[in-house]
Amino acid sequence: MSKISGSQALLEGLWNEGVRVVFGLPGGAIMPVYDALLDSEIRHILARHEQSAAHMADGYARASGRPGVCIATSGPGATNLVTGIATAFADSSPIIAITGQVATPTIGKDSFQECDIVGIVTPVTKYAFQPMQPQEIPLVVKKAFKIASTGRPGPVLIDLPRDIQINVADMNVPKKVDIRGYNPHITPHPVQIKKAADLLLNSDKPIIWSGGGVIISNAATLLREVAEFLMAPVVTSLIGKGGFPENHPLSLGPIGMHGRPEANKTICEADCILAVGVRFSDRSTGRFDEFGKDARIIHIDIDPAELGKNKKVELPIVSDVGIALKSLIASMKRKIVKKDKTLWQKRVQEIKSQIREGDFGSGNGIYQSQIVKKIRELLPSNGILTTEVGKNQMWGELYYQVIEPRTWITSTGLGTMGFGFPAAIGAKVAKPDVPVVDLAGDGSFRMTENSLSTCMAEDIPVIVVILNNSTLGMVEQWQRLFYDRRYSGVKLGNIPDFVKLVEAYGAQGLHAQSIKEFEKAFKEAIISDVTTVIDCPVSPEEDVFPFVPPGRGLNEVLFDSEGQK
Amino acid sequence: MMENTFILSTVVENKPGVLFRVANMFRRRGFNIDSISVGPIEENGLSKMTITIYGDRDVAEQTVKQMSKLIDVVKVQVFDYEDTVQRELALIKIQFSSNKSLSELTNYCSIFRNRVIDVSPGSMIVEVTGTPEKIDAFIDIVSGYGIKEMARTGITALQRGTKK
Ligand SMILES: Cc1ncc(C[n+]2csc(CCOP(=O)(O)OP(=O)(O)O)c2C)c(N)n1
Repeated sequence: MSKISGSQALLEGLWNEGVRVVFGLPGGAIMPVYDALLDSEIRHILARHEQSAAHMADGYARASGRPGVCIATSGPGATNLVTGIATAFADSSPIIAITGQVATPTIGKDSFQECDIVGIVTPVTKYAFQPMQPQEIPLVVKKAFKIASTGRPGPVLIDLPRDIQINVADMNVPKKVDIRGYNPHITPHPVQIKKAADLLLNSDKPIIWSGGGVIISNAATLLREVAEFLMAPVVTSLIGKGGFPENHPLSLGPIGMHGRPEANKTICEADCILAVGVRFSDRSTGRFDEFGKDARIIHIDIDPAELGKNKKVELPIVSDVGIALKSLIASMKRKIVKKDKTLWQKRVQEIKSQIREGDFGSGNGIYQSQIVKKIRELLPSNGILTTEVGKNQMWGELYYQVIEPRTWITSTGLGTMGFGFPAAIGAKVAKPDVPVVDLAGDGSFRMTENSLSTCMAEDIPVIVVILNNSTLGMVEQWQRLFYDRRYSGVKLGNIPDFVKLVEAYGAQGLHAQSIKEFEKAFKEAIISDVTTVIDCPVSPEEDVFPFVPPGRGLNEVLFDSEGQK
Repeated sequence: MMENTFILSTVVENKPGVLFRVANMFRRRGFNIDSISVGPIEENGLSKMTITIYGDRDVAEQTVKQMSKLIDVVKVQVFDYEDTVQRELALIKIQFSSNKSLSELTNYCSIFRNRVIDVSPGSMIVEVTGTPEKIDAFIDIVSGYGIKEMARTGITALQRGTKK
């Protein structure tokens, strides 16, 4: 055993966990780690703001399924990470955030750039470590990865006092870690699975509601098997898009506030809901008491605390989603009696055929939905789309058909503007061979636009499509609908010329005034090897519909601003 | 009232920050801690945290699940109040204005099997150990004399019977 420094132990630990790239920005309290990085084979990608570093790590994690790592210094560096950590926490994404801290003798003395980051992030991490001796580091790193990536994944923070980054010690690298308070339960109770199989087979009108857990658990194929066996329609949550191919005949798209109308309508008529890897978010369910009130609900999730948290269900099953679906399929196949479901299939087809997209939306011919559909048409099925937050995200939710898991990356739980662009960069680092596109609003893009420097300096080409309405569009839409058109703080005015702006970074900027121009620009962007931003001026009056207003049930869909239902 | 009191008997890591994490979870979920007591147990590096909460069964269930999610929490059990044996300790400083009051108070103390642990001119300190109800009853009786100060430890509890 040889003595190495805490910083070296950290980097070795990361390497052993398979980390080949980290996103970060240095400062005083993390300098020993940055010095050691020079001698490590781990690639460091310099962010221009720590929030973006965290979103990059998050995008990397969601695209690859492996934890993403971000690094920041103490104090302001650490607090800048917080939005990114909270975003990952809300969407169960495994990131490891490493922060510098003042040296152990100065902790608690209100030293320069000292900040209680462990205290700050405790409510938005699965766990936060602060080792006090260099020899603790190998074990802490192992524990951090285990906690972040198993069970219901989520962010973990490691706060490293400066002196323990420097001090050397004999490092004992553990092969296995055992955390006595942490043993995620991953296999379902067989009796519950049998009951679920009975319920589903004997129901007349079953529906599957698929969430982020299906993607996290890599269970898309199994979910498809269940759906096809039952011939049951499938709806998703917003984050669950991609857990079931949306071009599949059984797919109805996402439910929720801005879900597809056919999905919202069908789930209201179902008599049995198989909810898989979802958490009954109010954005998905609408009013809790209205949701599924005529249905028997089976809920499978790995996090026991999600079962019964927002909605009491008939059959809660604690399990890894993939393992549960596998035994569910086996159990269903053993049964002989299976209720005929052709009437239900007919009804679902009928609902589907009643939805005509031309009938909803407003403004000049729902132009933005055409842009979104054009992106889908031109992007291969493994191409990745991230979104910002606002109307842009909702256009994507409604009109962008996600086909493969991990190709739709969006901040759902926290709804963080500025997430999409750095997340696209992280995704591109994870999947350098597929095109990665950020569907943006001009307001959101401006929050993290300085990541263009990262794209250029690190040669990470992504595409940004800005639906440029010169407003904080989503908020404006709510003011139009619910505040009697009293617009407050939503006009962005004085927006920059985006083409010139991105050109100043050395990136490529293109304008698209029509769908034709957009098609041309997007084709150019896909083959370009530099980051390309396409500025698409759109009307701020074009609102996103259909829309289930907050606090209403999913059957109370508005189709336009006149309140047409 | 007691049918809505639940006792969480938990085993947690005995290290800095654990109480913070537990308290933080309660705050975030909007649950209230009625009383809490913490002390090390025989097993290596572990403490027992006994928390009483007041609420309906759903709140109790959700609290247990959220507690179990905390990585520093090794074990959580929830008991209905009646299924446990509880003890609490209180120190009560009571004032008295005459020798008559003093002897009445001493009398109550012996009925309740309390210990008088300090007597000064005009006030005495009484140690009360027992169920929370016993302590409440004693406080009721002596409050007319004037309670100057009081400290209660919160409940510590074990489940009845041979179940572990
Ligand atoms: C960091 C952050 N701040 C504020 C909000 C509230 N918010 C939600 S949508 C929105 C407007 C987004 O505007 P833009 O990015 O231009 O997209 P648009 O709705 O116009 O498509 C705002 C301000 C938010 N979600 N995130």
